[in-house]
Amino acid sequence: VLHVTRPLHTTQQRLAPLPPLPEKGGEVRHGLIPEEFFQFLYPKTGVTGPYMLGTGLLLYLLSKEIYVINHETVAAACILSVIIYGIKKYGADVAAFADKLNEEKMAKALAVKTEAIKGLETAIEEEKKEQWRVEGRKYLFDAKRNNIAMLLETNYRERLLTVYNEVKKRLDYQVAMQNLKRQKEQDYMIQWVEKNVIQSITPQQQKESIAKCILDLKALSKTAQAAV
Amino acid sequence: GPLAERRLLAVRLGELPAWLATRQLSAQGLLGGARKAWSSYYNKYINVKRGGPAGISMLLAGYCLLSYAWSYQRLKCHRWRKYH
Repeated sequence: VLHVTRPLHTTQQRLAPLPPLPEKGGEVRHGLIPEEFFQFLYPKTGVTGPYMLGTGLLLYLLSKEIYVINHETVAAACILSVIIYGIKKYGADVAAFADKLNEEKMAKALAVKTEAIKGLETAIEEEKKEQWRVEGRKYLFDAKRNNIAMLLETNYRERLLTVYNEVKKRLDYQVAMQNLKRQKEQDYMIQWVEKNVIQSITPQQQKESIAKCILDLKALSKTAQAAV
Repeated sequence: GPLAERRLLAVRLGELPAWLATRQLSAQGLLGGARKAWSSYYNKYINVKRGGPAGISMLLAGYCLLSYAWSYQRLKCHRWRKYH
């Protein structure tokens, strides 16, 4: 038995997806004879035509023994009755079960589709939000520019301070050097003057000055005693 | 339409030989014809959303008839009547 699916895309390009399967199959009467046969005979023989044809054919086959009745006939009759009973009793349930399976498959596919659509819609929303955010980049860059200007200014001022300190240090050094030099010169001069003066004091002058000091002290002591 | 493009059921009985002459009777042609016949039957009775027993029951009935025809010569010996 060949298994061939419907021919796809044999005609012009279809703009829609594949057409859905037909709901019901071709009409078949008594499960064996297609309805077209009855319609074909209807104009000539009316409604009972095909049944008369069937009965006549059956009687002809039986009487001429073109169909031989043997043990297989009995077996066929039993099998057919069981099959027909089974179909009549459980057919509807089986059909409902198969329909339910189909429904589940369709629902799953549909759920996938709706999920995809929802995901894409949220993606569109987020994209729009991002586009709105992009408009704020002006403020962002202004803030960044301010930051950088601040940094540059701070750096410049720091370096200015450094320069000032360095220059001050050098100038202080020069000033300290000059002060030191002058001080050393002063000290040396004072020392030299003292040395010379001490040298110039002769022993005679020393005696005289000591005697005078003693006299002064005696005078002072007299006046002091009087004051007390 | 023209004879060559009509399907078998649309051909009248008198035109049957002429119609057969137009068909390609090579192996490929026969195979193509068989494939087309099966696909049209399949799509009409089996490949539907809510089919019934009709799809396969017709196939089984055809199979029964065919096997009866093939074994007719043997079954002729099991007849009941002497004269028909």
